[in-house]
Amino acid sequence: MTSPQHILPDPLVGLSGAALDRLMPLHVWLSPKGQIVRAGPTFRKMVREADIIGGSIFDLMKLKRPRLVSKLPDLMALQGQRLTLMLNTAPHLTLRGMVVALPGDSGAFMNISLGVSFAEAVAEWHLTLRDFSPCDQTVDLLYLREASALTSHESRMLTERLEAARIVAEQQALTDTLTGLANRRAMDTALARTLSNPQARYGLMHMDLDYFKRVNDTLGHAAGDHVLAHVAKVLRSEVRRGDIVARVGGDEFVLLFRDCDDPDLLDRIAQRLIRRLEQPTVFEGKTCRISASIGTTLSSYYTKPTVDQLLSDADQALYASKNRGRARHTFYTPDLAPG
Amino acid sequence: MHGLVNRALQEFVKDTYGADIWGEVRDQAALPFDEFESMLHYDIRLTKLTIDAASAVLHKDAASLLEDVGSWLVSNPAQESIRRLLRFGGTTFLDFLQSLEELPGRARMALPDLDMPEIVLQTDTPGRFKLEIRWALDGMGSVLLGALRGMADDYGALVVLEAEPGREGAEIVVIDLLDAQFAAGRTFELDAQMR
Repeated sequence: MTSPQHILPDPLVGLSGAALDRLMPLHVWLSPKGQIVRAGPTFRKMVREADIIGGSIFDLMKLKRPRLVSKLPDLMALQGQRLTLMLNTAPHLTLRGMVVALPGDSGAFMNISLGVSFAEAVAEWHLTLRDFSPCDQTVDLLYLREASALTSHESRMLTERLEAARIVAEQQALTDTLTGLANRRAMDTALARTLSNPQARYGLMHMDLDYFKRVNDTLGHAAGDHVLAHVAKVLRSEVRRGDIVARVGGDEFVLLFRDCDDPDLLDRIAQRLIRRLEQPTVFEGKTCRISASIGTTLSSYYTKPTVDQLLSDADQALYASKNRGRARHTFYTPDLAPG
Repeated sequence: MHGLVNRALQEFVKDTYGADIWGEVRDQAALPFDEFESMLHYDIRLTKLTIDAASAVLHKDAASLLEDVGSWLVSNPAQESIRRLLRFGGTTFLDFLQSLEELPGRARMALPDLDMPEIVLQTDTPGRFKLEIRWALDGMGSVLLGALRGMADDYGALVVLEAEPGREGAEIVVIDLLDAQFAAGRTFELDAQMR
């Protein structure tokens, strides 16, 4: 069994110039000396010269890979290989090509495509749909490039809208994300609601951690975060349902005890909190030691207090605790007021 | 249904009739959000409810409404990108018509999850074509009819378009191409920056 191709010589095809132009608008037909015999319409458009017939191909383009070549025999040696070349009209754009020999040493035939710089090439030479053969997928690539630019634009818009919504949600959030406690906004709202009832009885505690900065600085932020989560757990376990615990700053907490203005009870709670927080915790093998200073004010001290006044008075009591040597609990009294 | 489809409907209503009318459509369709997002997917019932609501609010039958959506998609300057993508289909309106069967594949090149209709083009007699369209919802035939009218203008071709009742869920658009080069049409540069 022998295939017909083994018997018959490689058959030759004759094509008119017009047919070549349509099939391969980027072809160049070269004489044995490397002169241009004819060239496709898109190639002519790209070299921007009306009269190229008879000129040397090496005056119009440079071969970059596999190697620099300036004579036809050297070019012919690269027959069938993938060529990387540039036209002198746009030396920054690398094109792709292939060359084959014509029968009987009558010259060479080269075909070119735009390669990966297709979009820049189309812009550079103002190419249109008519400059490409329907078999050339460059136009599909352009289409795809434009379509995917559109869809990524849409995706980016979606991401931006989601990000804006996330920021709004965060601004409206009532929870401190690190500890899961209430945040300052939630505490302000809860206090305002409590104050709207003139009969309400409550205690307001302001707590600040002692030595927390030292933990953060010496053991790292992860250890600091671990301590804050631990503190949140302790605080939550010491309050009743209906009381509110908020983290209002880096290591500052506010506790609102509802229906409770008993100084003895609140002092016992504060002392127990300090004791429990002073018990060291271990994070990744490292021991974290902190303590806490607390200041408390009570509804019974006021006739018609404001949120700001309550917070400020609890804060002053807290600083009195700090001044007395930390790890203490102090009730507000008017003589704590500065000045 | 892909968000792009829903959003096209929404933007058409907003652009043509105003944001207040879109608000009415949204309320009547009882959509659980203000606007469709183009990159999300929605239950097809929401798309159908929106079409019905728009049709009721605008006192237009669904076919005329969707035909207007189709025209708007390809001729509104803000949607220039869609016209451009369609013009990649061919140099002449005839080339463009013959590329329509490729349209779903082309759309999926960019968005693999886009709900595109099935399109079959038949040549009846020279100059007369039949487009058979199948989609998850009724009305894609009307959208295409409107879009084809817009694209014929774009190419400068003179055509007569008509919807014909189809069989087994298919919609049919009959296209009579009277003069492929009736007017100059609009230019199309492959390079988007040349616009």
